[in-house]
Amino acid sequence: MFEANDPNSIQLTADGQLRHFLTTEGLPRELLIEILDTADSFVDMGEQQVKKVPLLRGKTVANLFFENSTRTLSTFELAAKRLSADVLNLNINTSSTKKGETLKDTLMTLQAMHSDMFVVRHADSGAAHFIAQHVTPNVAVINAGDGRHAHPTQAMLDMLTIRRHKGEFAPLKVAIVGDILHSRVARSQIHALRTLGVHEIRVIAPKTLLPRHIEALGVKVYTEMASGLRDVDVIMMLRLQKERMQSALLPSEAEFYKLYGLNRDKLAYAKPDAVVMHPGPINRGVEIESEVADGPRSLILDQVTNGIAVRMAVMSKAMSGQLSQRAATDNASREA
Amino acid sequence: MNILISGGRVIDPAQSLDQITDLYISQGEICAIGAAPEGFHADEVINADGQIVCPGLIDLCTTLREPGQTRKGTIASETAAAAAGGITTLVVTPDTSPIVETAAVAELIQDRAADIGFARVLPMGALTQGLQGEQLAPLHGLASSGCIAFTNLRRPFGNSQILLRCLEYAATHDLLVVFQAQDEALAANGCMHDDTTSTRLGLNGIPEAAETIEVSRCLLLVEQTGVRAHFGQLSCERSVRMIEAARERGLQVSADVAIQNLLLTDESVNGFNSAYHVQPPLRSQLDRAGLRQGLVTGTISAICSDHQPHDPIAKQAPFAATEPGMSGLETLLPLSLQLVEQQLLELPQLIESLTIAPALILGLDAGTLEVGSQADICVFDPAAEWTVSEESLRSAGKNTPFLGQTLKGQVKATLMDGRIVFRR
Repeated sequence: MFEANDPNSIQLTADGQLRHFLTTEGLPRELLIEILDTADSFVDMGEQQVKKVPLLRGKTVANLFFENSTRTLSTFELAAKRLSADVLNLNINTSSTKKGETLKDTLMTLQAMHSDMFVVRHADSGAAHFIAQHVTPNVAVINAGDGRHAHPTQAMLDMLTIRRHKGEFAPLKVAIVGDILHSRVARSQIHALRTLGVHEIRVIAPKTLLPRHIEALGVKVYTEMASGLRDVDVIMMLRLQKERMQSALLPSEAEFYKLYGLNRDKLAYAKPDAVVMHPGPINRGVEIESEVADGPRSLILDQVTNGIAVRMAVMSKAMSGQLSQRAATDNASREA
Repeated sequence: MNILISGGRVIDPAQSLDQITDLYISQGEICAIGAAPEGFHADEVINADGQIVCPGLIDLCTTLREPGQTRKGTIASETAAAAAGGITTLVVTPDTSPIVETAAVAELIQDRAADIGFARVLPMGALTQGLQGEQLAPLHGLASSGCIAFTNLRRPFGNSQILLRCLEYAATHDLLVVFQAQDEALAANGCMHDDTTSTRLGLNGIPEAAETIEVSRCLLLVEQTGVRAHFGQLSCERSVRMIEAARERGLQVSADVAIQNLLLTDESVNGFNSAYHVQPPLRSQLDRAGLRQGLVTGTISAICSDHQPHDPIAKQAPFAATEPGMSGLETLLPLSLQLVEQQLLELPQLIESLTIAPALILGLDAGTLEVGSQADICVFDPAAEWTVSEESLRSAGKNTPFLGQTLKGQVKATLMDGRIVFRR
């Protein structure tokens, strides 16, 4: 009766360029491929003597982390610096009860410092959308993780890692294992994998860790590893937070590990050349056995390397979308 | 003062009246319909050609923010909004600050509303002290001070024993209990309907069972105690069916629904627009269909606004961190008219659900245009279009998702006790 908001009306310019990167959901396939191609060109740069390109020279990137994460913050910082941007890192405490006021006030303050890009991590789903809706049109927003909703750069670095090892997406069967319910990573991975056209996406978890009607996102649901991992090409493990034991979601880490922890025995259900991924930091002996995490099929460290390249790609694309939009707006106002 | 409302289509479901005629008002009462009483001289004539004349609307659930949260709205601002929306009677929730659990607060609200004089305000009293679900509030005393019904809102009862005793005590004094059924643990941290949209958006869901389990428990205890009971703002199809089954067994329970739950679904939350953050949540298409069906069959007899005005800050945050509730007094009638446009209800049937039906639920002598009754009247143009905007709303709460939309149906005049309290 009333139209739902299209998430892309906010993250794309009128001519379809990226201007914010908030979610992988609904982005066109060509755009995801472009991000991967651009990222590919950045991957090897890290091994060169001079590790910088001038794409964001003279621009200021503010990393706004309302939720602590040293690793993600570091990769965004490094990515911005390799693009020659000036970087401002802010860890902002959200324990105050009036989050909304703080958030909006913080945005106003940072805007006044003439930042060109906000990289945002926040514990509330939709926080990156909220920020994108409330910043001036001159600031690009990159979602570095919002609540359980989305973590699009993580998903894209996973896609890059898959593509660099498997080539084509079309024939692949991919299994995502663990705490799907609380995972923004899983949601972003599912949207990206679907758009890139993999053959099959599976999620494997006990029912307590599966969100309602997850199958509506286009995945097959499994509750045990033997059938869930059968013949898959890619296994994407998720991190399990310790607090899940306290709310009757799981009896113990030991039982979870026994049933869903990826060890060599369970890995044998998958294809012989199946690869193993994990967004990190890993809990050895909870989600994954050390021998698998450190083994030849593990791509966990490749993911970290690719993460910097993907973040460089997304930041440069969003900035160029932002600049072309500014130019279009300037032209329009000049003509008027 | 004598007022003549001439030439309108007068619809009064209470007396099965639907005809183009004249309405005569004198000394605060309706003194005649059709022919002028002898010696009647109108001091004021309201020309209602092409318009609908019906009883003033009775809204079963409005949150007044006074006393305590006047930055969100005052009795003056919200009763003015009611008058502009054709609503002459507001049943208001006890969650003011202080809470409506003493005669003083109940009387303060009524006195202030009477002084302002835009709408009748009937407070609901707290069922338990502090709405904390532990000890009985002084129900008898509050009823003597004008509380029309008693509710614990969506706040939990300490346990089923306490709930049972509340109902027994209310039944002792023949008081009406209003349930806003929600199991607290199942709804914990939820901010929208638990379904595919919540899964996609990564927002905590409120499962249907949070409502149905509580409806089920309440129905069983209502049956045991014989208390007069009403279920406010149902959101689930299954709740409607449970209440229907209870009524078929002979239980005297009634139910209402908020207009937004009849028109919208959880899909509206796509895009994280906090204007759609409401309690109970907007649910699935199936739930919406079940609520609409319940309205047609009469299991749900009344439609309410569930008006909850907010200051802008309350809605300016990521979705889950915003405060729930929509501002709805001024959109209640035009949105309800969409149900007629959609051919779900005939116009008289719709007006019934906004006038005599809520009056009957409350046991109130109101909601009709019968000769001799108090002249609470709404005159509206069903075809007039207007655009919802911050400027066009009189409510202090501009928190409606219908901002910017053009709605059909506009109130032209509202009378309370034979006085014109709004005219456009």
